Amino acid sequence: MKSKWRKIRMRTIVVHLLAWSVALIWMIPFLGVLNTATRPASEVSFGWWQLNPYHPTLDNFIKALTQPVFSISKGYVNSLIIAVPATLVPIFVAALAGYGFCRFTFPMRDYLFLSIVLLMSVPAQMVAIPVFQIMVNLDLVDNQLSLILVHTAWGLPWIILFMRNFFTALPLEVEEAARVDGASDLKIFFRIVLPMAIPAFASAGILQFMWVWNDFFFALILIYTADKMPATLLVPKLAAGQQLTDWGLLSAGSILVLIVPLALYVLLQKYYIRGMIGWTIKG
Amino acid sequence: MSERLAGIRRSLRLPSFLRRGGGDRRTARLGPRGRKTAARVVFLAPALVLVMFLVVYPVLQTVYLSFVTSQGTPTLGNYQGVLTDPTTVNPTGLPWPPPLGTLIHNALWIAIHLPISLFFGLWLALILRDVKGSSIVKSAIFLGMVTPMIVGGVILRFLFEEGPGVVPAFFETVGVPSLNKSWLVFRETALLGLIFGSVWLWTGFSLIVYSAGLTTIPKDYFEAAKIDGTPPHRMFFRITFPLLRPMTLVIITMTLLWELKIFDIVYSAVGSTGGTRNSADVLSLQMYRYFVAGATNPGYYGLAAVVATLLTLLTLVGTAWLFRKMVKR
Repeated sequence: MKSKWRKIRMRTIVVHLLAWSVALIWMIPFLGVLNTATRPASEVSFGWWQLNPYHPTLDNFIKALTQPVFSISKGYVNSLIIAVPATLVPIFVAALAGYGFCRFTFPMRDYLFLSIVLLMSVPAQMVAIPVFQIMVNLDLVDNQLSLILVHTAWGLPWIILFMRNFFTALPLEVEEAARVDGASDLKIFFRIVLPMAIPAFASAGILQFMWVWNDFFFALILIYTADKMPATLLVPKLAAGQQLTDWGLLSAGSILVLIVPLALYVLLQKYYIRGMIGWTIKG
Repeated sequence: MSERLAGIRRSLRLPSFLRRGGGDRRTARLGPRGRKTAARVVFLAPALVLVMFLVVYPVLQTVYLSFVTSQGTPTLGNYQGVLTDPTTVNPTGLPWPPPLGTLIHNALWIAIHLPISLFFGLWLALILRDVKGSSIVKSAIFLGMVTPMIVGGVILRFLFEEGPGVVPAFFETVGVPSLNKSWLVFRETALLGLIFGSVWLWTGFSLIVYSAGLTTIPKDYFEAAKIDGTPPHRMFFRITFPLLRPMTLVIITMTLLWELKIFDIVYSAVGSTGGTRNSADVLSLQMYRYFVAGATNPGYYGLAAVVATLLTLLTLVGTAWLFRKMVKR
């Protein structure tokens, strides 16, 4: 009996050690970037793990935020100008459509829905040339509106799927009662369904916002002027044009871009995870 | 027992619209069909217009572009041009070192990155069930998924660069000085460095999905099996892994799509050329270069369209496979 207990304890210790060392190893690259960003270049040239001497500084961050051409602070503003409407608009549009697909019957409904869902897997490269040409024709190239439009359309398929699944799980009784009282479809949607859907909006919104914030490809083909670029586009620019990479500056810039989705994830973890696996587990 | 298993299976089964006679039957109760049709168009029209205009039309237009010359005459020359180009498939480079061509690079990415990140995530999800503070461990590993991939690429470059990088310094310390070099600069190591590095970024996905999947398996199963004296590996192959099948399918598909579409990481880690002599080049990057070249020479748009179409076909194969597997059950 005693040896069995010892065996169990041994296993527990080993499992804890393994799990925690994996976590630690996984954190090393982030720790390295953080360390490099917060110390002067002279201290980290032989590896950031050399901790002597150690003089923490915020110079790199200030430099990244106030770069003359590629300033990350400007990138922040641009990213927000793009990401906020490109999150709110598709969620509203997709909520309408998701509700339509869930509650109304019409010919070919399921096929139409399935085709839209299939579009989720199309790579961005597949639409790049025509989207670029459309934006040229609309005179929207190098204009943030083009990115808002593209991200809105691009986000719709998965948000429609997500919202439809959410509405399917809602109880019908309240809506039916309202209908008996003579409320119209739109009124039911705005007065009854939308308020109930706020948690779903949070889940879809956080994922869509992160997707737009993290996007690089669409911004790369549609935005060309430095002071219109979102933050992601500026990151590689911080390294370009120098003989030796300024790792302090590049690390600081990376952290500044990374911190926004990270903060959202930490603050709204519940919604984030629910949004990500919502459609994989629920039917 | 088998009845309950079937119940669990059913509750795990994926999107309801895929089930036979899918859709919401309760809709029938909403009143006579076709009532207020005009008002209902309002619900679907905005989404359909946007998707048609900026997704469906561009997809079809790209397919069209791949089959015509820059003058608009029909041709298969674009396909021939891309498929015989050493940038796409480079038989003279086989078996090693790269460049082997973008198509083969993407295939290598799938062959190496998919199994490692899938099984490593599964293993972690299994052991983390008995670990205190497992949510912190999960968050640490999930960080890579939250990271913008453009930043992920910068971090990989940092990680593998001689001097500031941990990986070369590590190999120097353990006595393999030949690997103490900037991995992403040399064509022998650039592609492998990026693939292994992307395991670090992506394992969080399979970990989180499997962890969520494990919570849906009732504890009784494991307890019953334990009382019967089932050895752990049998428990895994007979109970855990089969019940996690939906998660496995989703992880495989999403990972496959991610590997096929990989762009940002490579762009920021080795640049738009795909590194020294295109040794870490991938399909999406190749497409982007053709797209840029198209601005001065419209003939390149045809080639860009071919690469994009090939990429889409590959992703559709992956997605179709998932859908079929899910509906079959």
